[in-house]
Amino acid sequence: MEDKKLITVYIEDKPYRVKPERSMLDACLTLGFDLPYFCWHPAMHSVGACRQCAVKQFRDENDKKGMLVMACMTPAAEGVRISIKDPEAVEFRSKVIEWLMLNHPHDCPVCDEGGECHLQDMTVMTGHVYRRTRFKKRTHRNQYLGPFVNHEMNRCIQCYRCVRFYNDYAGGRDFGVFAAHDNVYFGRQEDGVLQSEFSGNLVEVCPTGVFTDRTLKAHYTRKWDLQTAPSICVHCGLGCNVIPGERYGTLRRIRNRYNGQVNGYFICDRGRYGYGFVNSERRIRHPYYVTCGASGEKEENKLDEGKALPHAKSLLQGAKGTIIGIGSPRASLEANYLLKRLSGPENFYAGFSGRDFNLVRRIISILTGGPIRTPTLKEVAEADAVFVLGEDVPGAAPMLGLALRQAVRQKPVEAAKKSGIPVWNDYAVRMAVQNDKGPLFIAASAATRIDPLAEGVFHGAPEDIARLGFAVAAAIRPDAPAPQGALPEAAARLVPLIAARLKTASRPVIISGTGAGSMAVIGAAANIAKSLLESGKGPGLCFVVPECNSIGLGLLGGKNLKEAVAAARQKRADTVIVLENDLFDRLSAPEAEALLAARQVIAIDHLPNHTVSMAHMVLPAAAFAEGTGTLVSNEGRAQRFYKVYVPGGQIEESWRWLAQLLAATGGAEFFTLDDVDRALAEEMPVFGGVPAAAPPADFRMSGLEIKIPRQPHRFSGRTAIHADVDVHEPKPPVDPDSPLSFSMEGFDGRPPSALISRFWAPGWNSVQAVNKFQSEVGGQLHGGDPGKRLIEPASKGPSLSYFTGIPPAFKRAWDKSLFLIVPLYHVFGSDRLSALSPPVAELVPSPYLALNPEDARDFTAREGAEIRLLIEGVSFRLPVRFDASIARGVAGFPFGLPGLHGVELPAWGRIEVKMSGWAEKSAGREWGEGEAGDV
Amino acid sequence: MFSILRAIWTVFLHLFRRKVTVLYPEEKPRIPPRWRGRIILSRDPDGGERCVACYLCAVACPVGCIALQAAEDEYGRRYPEFFRINFSRCIFCGFCEEACPTCAIQLTTDFEMSEYYRHNLVYEKEDLLISGPGKHPGYNFYKVAGLAIKGKDKGENENESPPVDVKGLLP
Amino acid sequence: MSETARYLLIVFGVLAVMMSIAAGLIWVERRLLGFWQDRYGPNRVGPFGILQPLADMIKVLTKEDWVPPFADRPVFILAPAIIVITVLLAFAVVPFAPGISVADLNVGLLYFLALSSLGVYSVALGGWASDNKYALIGALRASAQMISYEVFMGLSLMGVAMLAGSFNLREIVEAQRRLWFVAPQFLGFVVFFIAGVAETHRLPFDLPEAESELVAGFHSEYSGMKFGLFFVGEYLGITLISALIATLFFGGWLGPLLPPVVWFFIKTFFFIGLFILLRATLPRPRYDQLIRFGWKVMLPLALLNLLVTGGIILAAG
Repeated sequence: MEDKKLITVYIEDKPYRVKPERSMLDACLTLGFDLPYFCWHPAMHSVGACRQCAVKQFRDENDKKGMLVMACMTPAAEGVRISIKDPEAVEFRSKVIEWLMLNHPHDCPVCDEGGECHLQDMTVMTGHVYRRTRFKKRTHRNQYLGPFVNHEMNRCIQCYRCVRFYNDYAGGRDFGVFAAHDNVYFGRQEDGVLQSEFSGNLVEVCPTGVFTDRTLKAHYTRKWDLQTAPSICVHCGLGCNVIPGERYGTLRRIRNRYNGQVNGYFICDRGRYGYGFVNSERRIRHPYYVTCGASGEKEENKLDEGKALPHAKSLLQGAKGTIIGIGSPRASLEANYLLKRLSGPENFYAGFSGRDFNLVRRIISILTGGPIRTPTLKEVAEADAVFVLGEDVPGAAPMLGLALRQAVRQKPVEAAKKSGIPVWNDYAVRMAVQNDKGPLFIAASAATRIDPLAEGVFHGAPEDIARLGFAVAAAIRPDAPAPQGALPEAAARLVPLIAARLKTASRPVIISGTGAGSMAVIGAAANIAKSLLESGKGPGLCFVVPECNSIGLGLLGGKNLKEAVAAARQKRADTVIVLENDLFDRLSAPEAEALLAARQVIAIDHLPNHTVSMAHMVLPAAAFAEGTGTLVSNEGRAQRFYKVYVPGGQIEESWRWLAQLLAATGGAEFFTLDDVDRALAEEMPVFGGVPAAAPPADFRMSGLEIKIPRQPHRFSGRTAIHADVDVHEPKPPVDPDSPLSFSMEGFDGRPPSALISRFWAPGWNSVQAVNKFQSEVGGQLHGGDPGKRLIEPASKGPSLSYFTGIPPAFKRAWDKSLFLIVPLYHVFGSDRLSALSPPVAELVPSPYLALNPEDARDFTAREGAEIRLLIEGVSFRLPVRFDASIARGVAGFPFGLPGLHGVELPAWGRIEVKMSGWAEKSAGREWGEGEAGDV
Repeated sequence: MFSILRAIWTVFLHLFRRKVTVLYPEEKPRIPPRWRGRIILSRDPDGGERCVACYLCAVACPVGCIALQAAEDEYGRRYPEFFRINFSRCIFCGFCEEACPTCAIQLTTDFEMSEYYRHNLVYEKEDLLISGPGKHPGYNFYKVAGLAIKGKDKGENENESPPVDVKGLLP
Repeated sequence: MSETARYLLIVFGVLAVMMSIAAGLIWVERRLLGFWQDRYGPNRVGPFGILQPLADMIKVLTKEDWVPPFADRPVFILAPAIIVITVLLAFAVVPFAPGISVADLNVGLLYFLALSSLGVYSVALGGWASDNKYALIGALRASAQMISYEVFMGLSLMGVAMLAGSFNLREIVEAQRRLWFVAPQFLGFVVFFIAGVAETHRLPFDLPEAESELVAGFHSEYSGMKFGLFFVGEYLGITLISALIATLFFGGWLGPLLPPVVWFFIKTFFFIGLFILLRATLPRPRYDQLIRFGWKVMLPLALLNLLVTGGIILAAG
């Protein structure tokens, strides 16, 4: 059955059916032709600047002369007739690349792009081999662009992709193009750290080696030497697809893995550069148990191969009471499930903090219980009206922020389309759009990085944000509950505007999440979505969750961690198993200590933390790149991540430790990941889609018995890597959990989308090879984008009713030193794991307390002056930062920064000015040491 | 029939021919300079390590017997942190020498490298690095590659003009 | 010296001499092949490399004695022994000199033919027991080749038997006092020589172990001393055929001046040299060519020889 909307174009006199409303370059690449290009990018479309995709166009079949046109600027219309192989076009293209190469330095051997360089590929494709010019090459000085991106300006071929991505697509403002003619310079106005949280994408966007990965440079490895496997980013809840690369047993870099529905062509810097913790010197590599030495100090006793399991078994069988398991939103679904099996559902506690537990449970009840659909990231980017309720989107989930940057263009671009400008004609579209923006409204505790894009912004306390939300819902549908009393003036002004914009939009999206820490905010967001649904719209309701498997753990169930504390205080917990979790992040210090005071504590984790230091036995867990498992992202998408390499020591996946413990203590036996997933799917219908998230371990390409290799076919040094240890090559490790092998041998074609370890095609060594893996340029991968959505809106059944718990308006405490402390999010710092990576750690801000300048004046006139903050008995010494966007009576507390944990926000806190007695101690930076206080 | 007998006779007469065998080791053979023997790493005319750890030799190697790790000095000059050739796997095909863009890796005329233990055939960088430029006396990669290193700033290469003043207004 | 002691001396003397000749041939063949290919051949172990067989022996004895798990174990082990035993038994009737022979059988010639036919079992069983397709193909080839060439091998000797009027090898030698049988029986000599090459499956008729197609033919799976036995068996076979040619057509020990044993060995070694020279010269025919050559050329020639010899004897009668 042929799609009626397709049109016929002729390439080399052969007819092809293609979709309209695209350029001929796009059409050629979709059809599988090799046509060189530089300035065109599938996400940023055509500007026709580089002249590299020249083809010959003919008027009709009788036209033998034709004319040279740029394929990227030629619309694919009915009957268009082009030739790629025409000798004149071929020669034109090779001349163009010869010009582009005039000033290109002779440094491929020391260039990090070499081997995955689009310029190399295109030069080979066009056939230019010899530099004929005798003139001198122009040179440029480089800039320091921060810890992520390295700058080598000599290599530039002036394609302008970097500025088009950084400024136009990602909204950066500190990068640009300088000077004129052949001197143009791409960089910052002066040396300094790139401010955009998407700067790392310059590495992939740049067709040559001007921008390269600075973290990779420290342990440089070519693309062909990296052992890679499909993986999922673990640094926020969005579940972006990534490709980690390993060499010599350490993780070398992260690259984006295209997933049309999730992250598309880009990932954020937190995901790209947050991998350093995997290589940490402090990693737990061997199991150990703790004994008390003669003088009372703790001694760690390393357990040899094969000794850990019997020891753990004896601990579990020696349990004199209940064994309780504490799960983790950063551990895989399988690990949490097996812990639940091991401890029994009645003794399994989800590893959220008490507040997060309730928030995630509410989010899940909204998503699973009603007809409201949660959109994919791509659908968010295509929304034509967005209302962000109580969430700092760029801080908590950066890629969602990038999607919002695209969403605000939707409406103006549609207007440009109406006036006859094709969407792919990027420059024309931008000229038509100018500074027009689609409707975006933000209600948050403090200013966020996308505020400038918004049509309306409201900053206030969570209560007021929730009230604004409820008011908007009531304005859309009068039957929705409305807040009592007046809203703040700024909010009241926005209500009719937001309601009108959402009502007129065809694809409205509401974004909320756990960021505000408020049940009311989530309820308000659900009310708006429901009111839109009842007025006949198909709204998207997108929730930001804090961690990579928050939704998965929420769906799995388990009890509130606070109940575990209660159980421990009543001595009902004899043995505690803590899975990849630091309880001091989730609970206050006394609570965590009470819980860990159980007779036996077994911790499974990959890095030492406070909880691990209090455990009696520790099992080394695999980090995300060292294990296989499943994570559920904020849209309920179950996605498989694969073991990239076998780590040294006795590191195992958490779920494998737990499966072995389960079997050793007489429970069910699970040998492979598929066994676990099958049991999980059978036991809980909501996880029915998990086994289908990726092909099972016994999957083979049709008719073949070989696995899919993790190593590229050019992987080097096979017989020399281990030769210093043993001259006999070791047997490659066996992987029972996936159809991937630790080898360079195997199926070398295009695997199923969930198993793509790298993007490579003959002649396309760079990341641009992704074109060869998509069913159409910028569309889905062949065979559908990876991952399986577990939550789809219920078409039938009880519809969600409106939430009614509308909080009263926020009122300042009569005591002027009492503030509502709200969390503020930072791209770098709010996620604990990525902040352990040295390059990310460089950019983590130092702790502070953000106050409205008016409020701050009650304490100090000087920004940076130290105050003392007491929240629920925990005291912090912090410098004051003035932030006019914060409401009066509210203080912003940076979430997750080193030392700032152990409190659940929002909470009331007391600010004290400098007093005698503790000023002397304040020298140094011992932030957040726990102290008993009195509030 | 007769041809068979004649062939037998002809072969028999070879009994009295001069033997072509060279009685190595008593008699040393003449080795042509482009002989593909033991692999070395050379230095450029200034005495710096020529190898820039580009991994091209490793990827060209059909038996995968070269492993190395790139590192960078404080001025941005690349060098191999370690460089290992497993000669017990090497087939002396010379692809590594052909692939080397800096003339660093070279095959020499030395072929007398037998060992009783295979692990003695694993050569590390200190075993491979020689003190001279080997077969290509004049070549210095960094004199033609547009990368600044210690003692050579941007624009100081052969065939390079000084760095552009981005803030200048001249055409 | 008692009769028994003399007898034992001859038995063990023959055994020892034959075994050392077979071993020495390993070196001789490689050395000669070397010379004919303008090389030196093995010249490192001992003076002129003469100790090469010793080195080879040490090597072959210390190698892993491997029996493939899929092989038919008893038969696999037995097969190499058969060839050595049959060839050695055949030496029993060879008269090295007057009075120096193990057994003076009046059916000596038939005894030799019988034992040389038995040798094929070794190859056939070895190839079969290996349970390997190359070994099996080699064994089948060997069987077919032996059956084909044995027919006219026997027929070619009938002329000699007719002329001598006896099957006793000693008497055949005595009958050549006046004229070596090679003159009246030239055709018989040529046919027997070619059949002998085929019987020992030496080049150019080594199709059972054609290494370019069958890896190593029937002994592909053999290693260590079992392989060594096949090897020794082959050299013993060469020696046997050469000794018989000398005995039947070139007057055995007969000759002037030198002692009879010396003459016998001079003649034998000449033919051994010829065997090696053939190997150095001739390429291997195709299998169908080999069989066709046997049945369509050699068999008619042998029959013709028999007919003509018989006719002349009758006429001279």
